[in-house]
Amino acid sequence: MLEVKNLTVSVAGRTILEDLNLTVEDGEVAAIMGPNGTGKSTLSYVIAGRKDYTVESGEIRLDGVDLLELEPDVRAARGVFLAFQYPIEIPGVATMTFLKAALNAQRKQRGEPELTTPDFMKRVKVAAEKLDIKQDMLKRALNVGFSGGEKKRMDILQMALLEPTFAILDETDSGLDIDALRIVAGGVNALRSPKRSFLIITHYQRLLDYIVPDTVHVMAQGRIVKSGGAELALELEKSGYRDYVADQAAV
Amino acid sequence: MNAPVATPRTPAETALAETFDAALAGLPGGAGVRQLREAAFGAFRAAGLPHRRVEAWHYTDLRALMREVPPLAPAPDAAEIERLRHEFAAAAPARRLVMVDGVFVPELSDSPPLGVSVRSLAAVLAEARPDLIALLAAQDFGGMDTIVALNAALMQDGVVIEVAPGAAIAEPIRIVYASASGAPAARFSRSAVIVGAGASLLLAEESHGSYAGQTHNCLVVSVGADAKFAHAAMLTGMAPGALRIESLIARVGARAGLHSFALIAGAGGLVRRQIFARFEGADAEGVLSGVSLLRGREHADTTLNVQHIAPGCKALENFRYILDEEATGVFQGKITVEKDAQKTDARMLSKALLLSDDVAMNNKPELEIFADDVACGHGATCGGLSADQLFYMQTRGLPYAEAEALLLEAFAAELVDEIVDEGLAALFRAEIARWLLARGRKP
Repeated sequence: MLEVKNLTVSVAGRTILEDLNLTVEDGEVAAIMGPNGTGKSTLSYVIAGRKDYTVESGEIRLDGVDLLELEPDVRAARGVFLAFQYPIEIPGVATMTFLKAALNAQRKQRGEPELTTPDFMKRVKVAAEKLDIKQDMLKRALNVGFSGGEKKRMDILQMALLEPTFAILDETDSGLDIDALRIVAGGVNALRSPKRSFLIITHYQRLLDYIVPDTVHVMAQGRIVKSGGAELALELEKSGYRDYVADQAAV
Repeated sequence: MNAPVATPRTPAETALAETFDAALAGLPGGAGVRQLREAAFGAFRAAGLPHRRVEAWHYTDLRALMREVPPLAPAPDAAEIERLRHEFAAAAPARRLVMVDGVFVPELSDSPPLGVSVRSLAAVLAEARPDLIALLAAQDFGGMDTIVALNAALMQDGVVIEVAPGAAIAEPIRIVYASASGAPAARFSRSAVIVGAGASLLLAEESHGSYAGQTHNCLVVSVGADAKFAHAAMLTGMAPGALRIESLIARVGARAGLHSFALIAGAGGLVRRQIFARFEGADAEGVLSGVSLLRGREHADTTLNVQHIAPGCKALENFRYILDEEATGVFQGKITVEKDAQKTDARMLSKALLLSDDVAMNNKPELEIFADDVACGHGATCGGLSADQLFYMQTRGLPYAEAEALLLEAFAAELVDEIVDEGLAALFRAEIARWLLARGRKP
């Protein structure tokens, strides 16, 4: 279970998240929607452990453990995963080398034995086939020369291999055509389990047609301003965010 | 720019003059060669050690940095050769040409493959074949540099490798530089490689063990028409405070290929690699590249002087630096495109990763273009590792230090991929990994 309590975050003296509260239960798929610039990506970065932000107050707990005290890699080993809005290119580092290093680093952190090469290869092969990732892509440097859709699929492949307990998908639908969106959503849906929760950040209802959430939260100006079920997303699609933004401005 | 400056002689200049006077009679070569040596030393004596007002040496002020000159290394003795024989017997098999303290030692060297002749510089100088002497003297190009002239004056020995026209030599030939254990010494070697028309050769250079004092190596290369010369040099093993100057003088014929890569790791004190490359025949291709890994107060300078005099040549210069602690990196790249060298495609790039606030990187590109239909470009970057990349890797579970090491290794090793011989490339990758590992062990 992820619990965000009274979280206030600033960057360069500007408050981005203000007294934000959010709970995601085990097995829950929660969606956060909201207009540009409301702090959705900031929330994902702060949960994953990016250093550029100042946490003024509040806490983030995963299964009771205070994440804010931990380095990003330790958070990862404890089950946090962030699928990036723009996955980063790592020139010179072969995708397979990277995947193996990441997987084994997490296992080491958790006190588990390293994977053997055949076991590792088998896992990658199975996961890659499901996501329509060709062997040729795995041989290249990580994300280098990949299309937008390929990068997103590579992020989902990493998620499948790392088996997180709490996965954040930051605007995973951006830059995807319908076919790629279907593949990515299929990959996410296949990973849904009672032990794993998701936080899906998106502008649009479209992604939520493919990954149907249990809960939908509306975020505006650094806070969660409304929460509801999957139907809330449909409502937003019709009425837009104007009401929420106006509400906030009036306060 | 290179006008003599009336500066009093430094102790190092005085010592070099004394060394030359004492050594001249014993250095190889007949009367003609002796004249060449005297002329070369005269040029050196007139200019003195290069200093910061000499453009090509602006960031590596030898007059200030070369405080003293150790005595000229004596020829290796039998016990020393025996010790090295055991060491090479224990090493992985390779086709080696062994130089000990500037002197080619055939007893320690392997026989060359078919199509290749190898002789000592001393033998070639004694034979006095005019074309070889002219090539070795390099008076029309490269030889104007005062340090190359100093090398010409004092060259003790070297290897002269000739590849017969059309001979494609698959197995790399490795020149190994070793030093007799003992007091710091000065070594001056000059070697030559003549790759005949349509032939191909991969030459590696490496160090065996550690050496103190000064090492001045000069390699003169002639790549014939349609020939390919690939060169991979590993500049390692310099003792703390050591000085090493490597000059590569290359002429490239029509449709020929020149590829030269060097790894500088563990520079000790000061390393200068200078390349004089001249594209003399049309439609030739060149790749000059290098990686310098520096820490402590090491100083590594790579200076290029690339001349395009024939049309349609393509040249890429690609250099990378990783600077840690208080190290200094220098990259100077001068490209000249003469009037007739139309359709030249020349690109130069220098990238430096600065890992500490106390490092310095000096970049100086220089383009002189007299042709009007060319594509020439240069770029230089200096910076730290990307915070985005580090964060991305950490979110996948890699601890910061491991993510950093992977990124550094990728940055340094990427250029090694261009070495076609996989066994050789593996040696370079291992050397890079060794340097990074030592970094990781810092408290």
